[in-house]
Amino acid sequence: MSDLHALYQEMILDHSKHPHNLRPMADATSTAQGYNRLCGDKVTLFLKLQDGRIADVSFQGSGCAISTASASILTETLKGKTPAEAGAIFEKFHDMVTGKGHPGGAQDLGKLAVFSGVSEFPVRVKCATLAWHTLRSALAGSHQPVSTE
Amino acid sequence: MALTPEVLKPSARPALRPAFDVAHVREDFPILGEKVHGKPLVYFDNAATAQKPRAVIEAECRFYERLCSNVHRGVHHLSEQATQAYEETRIKAQRFLNAAESREIIFVRGTTEAINLVACAYGRKNVKSGDEILITGMEHHSNIVPWQMLCEEKGASLRVAPISDSGELILEEFEKLIGERTRLVAVTHVSNVLGTINPVKRIIDLAHRRHVPVLLDGAQAAPHLKVDVRALDCDFYTISGHKLYGPTGIGLLYGKAKVLESMPPYQGGGDMISSVTFEKTEYNTLPYKFEAGTPNIAGTLGLSAAFDYLNQLGLEKTALYEHELLNYATDALSQIPGLRIIGTAKEKAAVISFVMEDLHPHDVGTILDREGIAVRTGHHCAQPLMDRFHVPATTRASLAFYNTFEEIDALVKGIHKVKEFLG
Repeated sequence: MSDLHALYQEMILDHSKHPHNLRPMADATSTAQGYNRLCGDKVTLFLKLQDGRIADVSFQGSGCAISTASASILTETLKGKTPAEAGAIFEKFHDMVTGKGHPGGAQDLGKLAVFSGVSEFPVRVKCATLAWHTLRSALAGSHQPVSTE
Repeated sequence: MALTPEVLKPSARPALRPAFDVAHVREDFPILGEKVHGKPLVYFDNAATAQKPRAVIEAECRFYERLCSNVHRGVHHLSEQATQAYEETRIKAQRFLNAAESREIIFVRGTTEAINLVACAYGRKNVKSGDEILITGMEHHSNIVPWQMLCEEKGASLRVAPISDSGELILEEFEKLIGERTRLVAVTHVSNVLGTINPVKRIIDLAHRRHVPVLLDGAQAAPHLKVDVRALDCDFYTISGHKLYGPTGIGLLYGKAKVLESMPPYQGGGDMISSVTFEKTEYNTLPYKFEAGTPNIAGTLGLSAAFDYLNQLGLEKTALYEHELLNYATDALSQIPGLRIIGTAKEKAAVISFVMEDLHPHDVGTILDREGIAVRTGHHCAQPLMDRFHVPATTRASLAFYNTFEEIDALVKGIHKVKEFLG
């Protein structure tokens, strides 16, 4: 069960039950939709860019504990960041959950480090990265729904 | 107090009929002795693919070790032997489905290819702009998408007969949707998600009354029910070998001879011709007209062994036992607070889909997997059905005759563990 505890850390369970920034955003400058073909989860991400920074970010949709917590913690992490900073965080996050990151790399990720256990569950990587792929699409201003494939 | 499996009235287990010795049957399936994450494998994903008895595995292996050669081509000993074994399988399939003739059996990759074959060969010839194809709201993507593709190509439209909250086809609505322009009805015999056994005889009668042919998707039905295509009078019936305890990559299309004969070929190539010149090609007769190229010979011989195995066990006996498992599992799962079964039709095969309050199937599946329990989670290639029940996904336990009452207890215990862990 220890790897399960590593996957479903307390903070992940908290965020999945009480997600932060789970709301639509009327004045979003960009929105994008993400879709996980494997489980049918859908997420909509709202983004407000102001003066070259992410002034606000929120999401809607429902999914598994991992994808909901990931979206919730994403919104917390990215407020105030520039798109370039957000992109760099995603790269590191992606490396961590796919087990490619260098040891200790998770430490600079702050709260996001709670997702390090995902690397032991390859089929759940898509759950952890759905909101992030969607974010990238919102930043790129793409109107095509993204999938985690 | 949370219900523990101990209070799930083990006394309610029906006494096993001595005629069906599940412990003995399990010994025929090598994989059932495997451990997953250190726990004995509990395999409840039979609707995705069934496990294979040793006889099937050995038959496929024997082809490569003793018989490997191409069929319908050589005059040499091996080719003759392989051709004979291959064609014997067709006769076994004919008997399995009670088809009138063996040439009504076409070997294909599986149900998906069988349906695509009908959509291409029958559909392209008979469906025109403004025509309609009628399906139901509980179809697998493989019985939706080929028809959508056909409709798009021809300017025809796809009509969908609705289902009830219990997961049963609403027959009156279905009947109303059979119109002047309906060219084909395509319906699943058993739902892969809900387990519903459709009233196919009635469906066929209603369609035939209006001279509309019917295709039955039998992927989920054939492993659980005795199928008699002549009694049903269906025009097409499709089977996937791997769900029938046979190998992957082999399946059957049954079609009435006169319907198959009226159809153009599906794919062109070797074996489906009788003569070829650059000016003109004469097509082969049934069933070869629809079997272009070297077929899956090893898979066919594996399927042959699966037919023998199932005949020896007796589908009547396995169906009875599976029904006892289904009742036991339905009772046991229904007692878990917060668990809701999706698909409560009166007539069901041993498939149980469920959702749990505040718990996503994906999380349920991951934690059950750590207990060695294999279930399917997701949309089961039936997204419109998920939408109908307003759920993004379900967890599905699909049972086979080698499953046991103890394994169902393990599932119930596992679900309690999920609730503890994530609750």
